Amino acid sequence: MSSRIDVSVEQGGSGGAASGDKPKGKRHPNTCPSCESHYRDDELAAAHGVCRQCGHHFALRARDRVAQLADAGSFTEVDADLRSADPLSFFDLRAYVDRIAEAETATDLGDAIISGSARIERRPCHLAVMDFAFMGGSMGGVVGEKLWRACEHAAEQQVPLVCVTASGGARMQEGILSLMQMPKTVCAIDMLRESRCAFIPVMTHPTTAGVLASFASLGDVTISEPGALLAFTGPRVVQQTIKGENLPDDFGLAESNVRLGHLDAIVNRSDLRAYVGRLLAIFGLSDEDARAPAEPA
Amino acid sequence: MSPRSRKSEGERLRIRDRLVRVRELPLLRGVGVRDELARLQQQIERADAEPSEDEIWRAVELARHQERPYTLDYVERLFDDFVELHGDRHLGDDQALVCGLGRFRGQSVALIGHQKGRDIHERARRNFGMAYPEGYRKGIRVMELAHRHGFPLITLVDTPGAFPGVAAEQHGQGGWIARSQLVMARLGVPSVACVIGEGGSGGAVAIALADRVLMQENAIYSVISPEGCAAILWRDAGQAKKAAAAFRPTATHCLELGVVDTVVAEPAGGAHTDHDGAARLLGNALADALADAAGLDVSERRDKRRAKFRAMGTFTE
Repeated sequence: MSSRIDVSVEQGGSGGAASGDKPKGKRHPNTCPSCESHYRDDELAAAHGVCRQCGHHFALRARDRVAQLADAGSFTEVDADLRSADPLSFFDLRAYVDRIAEAETATDLGDAIISGSARIERRPCHLAVMDFAFMGGSMGGVVGEKLWRACEHAAEQQVPLVCVTASGGARMQEGILSLMQMPKTVCAIDMLRESRCAFIPVMTHPTTAGVLASFASLGDVTISEPGALLAFTGPRVVQQTIKGENLPDDFGLAESNVRLGHLDAIVNRSDLRAYVGRLLAIFGLSDEDARAPAEPA
Repeated sequence: MSPRSRKSEGERLRIRDRLVRVRELPLLRGVGVRDELARLQQQIERADAEPSEDEIWRAVELARHQERPYTLDYVERLFDDFVELHGDRHLGDDQALVCGLGRFRGQSVALIGHQKGRDIHERARRNFGMAYPEGYRKGIRVMELAHRHGFPLITLVDTPGAFPGVAAEQHGQGGWIARSQLVMARLGVPSVACVIGEGGSGGAVAIALADRVLMQENAIYSVISPEGCAAILWRDAGQAKKAAAAFRPTATHCLELGVVDTVVAEPAGGAHTDHDGAARLLGNALADALADAAGLDVSERRDKRRAKFRAMGTFTE
């Protein structure tokens, strides 16, 4: 059990439920949940959030992901001004508007996804990246609309869409309208397919529920990172369904998904850029750029 | 009005009580009292216009009522002939989702609907209307069949959600829910979905990406069950009533938000009181919606469907 990575989704990985044998209290975000190695910020940043000791992939913030994946300076963000509305005037223990404001301040993002044109290994694409730190990467009206527009941009530019997902699912605070982002994003992918552009989802930890059950699962080629939880229903809820029985150790993880045929490949973060670059090359061979000589680094 | 200012049941009773007492003060008919009367009256009217926590919970209870007509109850009453189709041609036959072909008001149609069970044995067999990927795959097979033969598609939604189990996950629950929606998005034939009971989350929307989306008066349609929402946001599943009041899964609210096109009336007291009456009303609404969705060519219909779902959701820019 101790080798099992932390897969608790709702609380942004605060340990607890999935690992009963761990000491109580919040683990420092720079401490590896898998082997307890601890890193300074700069060490972790230099390693793109991969544990040197055990290879655990820490969560990557959206902008860091762009820096890791896209060619330097190639990312041009679009649709940055979209902000969530509060269609239900939702209030649970706190007001939704307060939660959004707090998330914006804490993450320096407008919502749980950023989107823009980019180049990966010199290949043009449209790149959308979700950020789990913004309200669990939850999909509300803004994520749905930005994903729609990302598909539109990709179709207009005739480039593949690469989407790095990290989400707990639909955003409850927008009620039924957030559920409707599922059919909305599915229609967007349908449109993308019709315009013959490739869709390459990179599912990172965690990609669950409404996001897994909509656009994220509709890739032409679908890849993931090691140890990522990819499940419609997370282990905590499934554990309640099966009561006494034990969940398989790799339940819902990328490793079991690839074994069961739901995923094309698990790619280490350090190899991700090259891997996506190869895919883009295959999908975009007619592109002039593909034949251009490599620029000096 | 925001839920924050929405009056709780207790608060409403207190206002009413005060109103009655102010009215009963015969010797104090001064201006101040009249103002107070008007103010209290206004408060009550405003509170009455908003459904209370209890009213919303009543819809949840009616949507889950044990005697509420299920898919096969409607099929029996609305279809002249119905041939049930079985199996996903891959792994199994999921009985939580009923699929088939039949004659409805003079035309051949395909039907997909969740089926809960009436007694304990049927409930076990039907897994309480919670489908596995096998169910959605069977649905996809029937959607494609309908597309090939030009049968309009009717879907009836009534599920607490897709089944959250180990095998369901291993068989690719999320992926098949996504693909089911994609096939519906691409359908060349008219489609109508109606939420007839519980429209629970992804398991519901999997078969609800239709040209026309209807919802019965006492059905609910929600992103998560009230219990699930309460467990996560309130950290207490016991707060389900509060959660339901916060996200209001009722038909009128879904209509207001543009998530459904039409609310289908039920017999007084709810569909469970009169299955025949409920079926008549549903049949008329389905026929109207199908007629509405007919007469477009394939790409027009697809574009319209896309535009319909694109418009859903709110944001500022």
